[in-house]
Amino acid sequence: MTIESWLQAAIADAERRGLPELKPILETLARATRALRAADFNDHASGSAQSAGEKP
Amino acid sequence: MMNIEQFGRRLRGGELTAVGVTEECLRRIAADNPRLNAFIRVLADDALRQARAADKELAAGHDRGPLHGVPISVKDLLDMRGVPTTAASRVREGHVASRDATAIAHLRQAGAVLVGKTNLHEFAFGTTSEDSAFGPTRNPHDPTRSPGGSSGGSAVSVAGGMSLASIGTDTGGSIRIPAGACGVVGLKPSLGEVSTDGVVPLSRTMDHVGPLTLSVADACLVYHALLGDPGVPPPAPMPVSGLRLAVPRTYFCDVLDEEVRARFEEALARLRAAGAHIDDIEIRHAADIAPIYLHLQAADAAAYHATMLEAMPERYTPPVRLRLEMGRYVLAEDYVRALAGREVLRREVDAALAQHDALVLPTLPIPAPLLGANAVQIGSRSEPVRNVMLRLTQLFNVTGHPAISIPDGCTSSGLPCGVQLVGCRMQTDALLKVALACETWIRQA
Repeated sequence: MTIESWLQAAIADAERRGLPELKPILETLARATRALRAADFNDHASGSAQSAGEKP
Repeated sequence: MMNIEQFGRRLRGGELTAVGVTEECLRRIAADNPRLNAFIRVLADDALRQARAADKELAAGHDRGPLHGVPISVKDLLDMRGVPTTAASRVREGHVASRDATAIAHLRQAGAVLVGKTNLHEFAFGTTSEDSAFGPTRNPHDPTRSPGGSSGGSAVSVAGGMSLASIGTDTGGSIRIPAGACGVVGLKPSLGEVSTDGVVPLSRTMDHVGPLTLSVADACLVYHALLGDPGVPPPAPMPVSGLRLAVPRTYFCDVLDEEVRARFEEALARLRAAGAHIDDIEIRHAADIAPIYLHLQAADAAAYHATMLEAMPERYTPPVRLRLEMGRYVLAEDYVRALAGREVLRREVDAALAQHDALVLPTLPIPAPLLGANAVQIGSRSEPVRNVMLRLTQLFNVTGHPAISIPDGCTSSGLPCGVQLVGCRMQTDALLKVALACETWIRQA
């Protein structure tokens, strides 16, 4: 799941649950997730190390 | 104020009694707690009964060791048999602990007098001790400011002479942050050394139990009692000369209040002048610390709280409820990435310590923030208070390395600053030896 699609789904779910005030906190989490996925310690199925940027 | 070592000498010299010192602590609590709100529950009758028993035992020749008769407070996150463990939350209403946490049982065996349960940030999920079902705890150096958190009541208890030591917990800095903000010593032992059995969890993979005290020597004594080994004296002092210390400048010294930076550099200069060798080093993935910590801690906490978040969400304070709810949205794949990052950071801190006796860095980037502040100005930057307060401590919860905060003077407005020393994993005693050697030079402000 991409971060954008995850974030949209999470915000929609929070609103459905009556928690619209979660939106800015979920956006903060999304920024942290973006940084985590961009870290160069991540490996993936191609066998090479990830250099930077989000991979789906 | 009298520390545990001084108390022990005077107790055994017949100059004072456990009852007398416990009564003095209870007087301080009665006088100052209405203003500072450090205690959720004062156990005056139980404490005086324990103190009388301690005096009687000593008179009969039964000495339990350095904590015999010492008044100690306990963060209200640890179970004490027959007493509620509130975790500073209405979610825990009606709870009464059926047995002692292992750490509490060890303190009782060591002869400690347990004076009460201290206030905290609700469920230990915060760095300011202001979101509590019992109201905010206030900093004794300036009651308009936070004492740090989450073990804020514990730090205030020690700084204010309401106990000679306190027991806190630390999942991202919750012992060291309030120790730094209140001007006392706070020790987070190595991960897994002190039992967390009977402690309300925040993150079971990062929770630590440890002491807040007036001195490093006292921290040694309480640490060993928590391990169930109360007779161990503080290690013999070692010379500062020849110590190899390492400062991780990048990231850790990038965002610092100018007065905090000045106190830190002055402490380094004193250590250098005393003969310590100080290198600058780099933790390569330091920029990834906060995302790794956030994914681990938030998801761990959400797993524990999910049932109560559904059953009684209104009983949480709104800020804590929202942060817990956020954790429910962490994806499993990102949690696994954070676990991988944790191993990377662990290896990098191990490597940084391979050629050094300890890392040295500030405890907090800022002095104690104003209660109610969401952001703080550092130079030209406005930073969220929570992020800033966790910035220099959370790494060592992720990696499990032992870390201790020692006061290094105050700002011009009288707010304490702290220096953090970090040692090798599972070598808390070695870190304490370094801390004992450095304490005088760090404090000399």
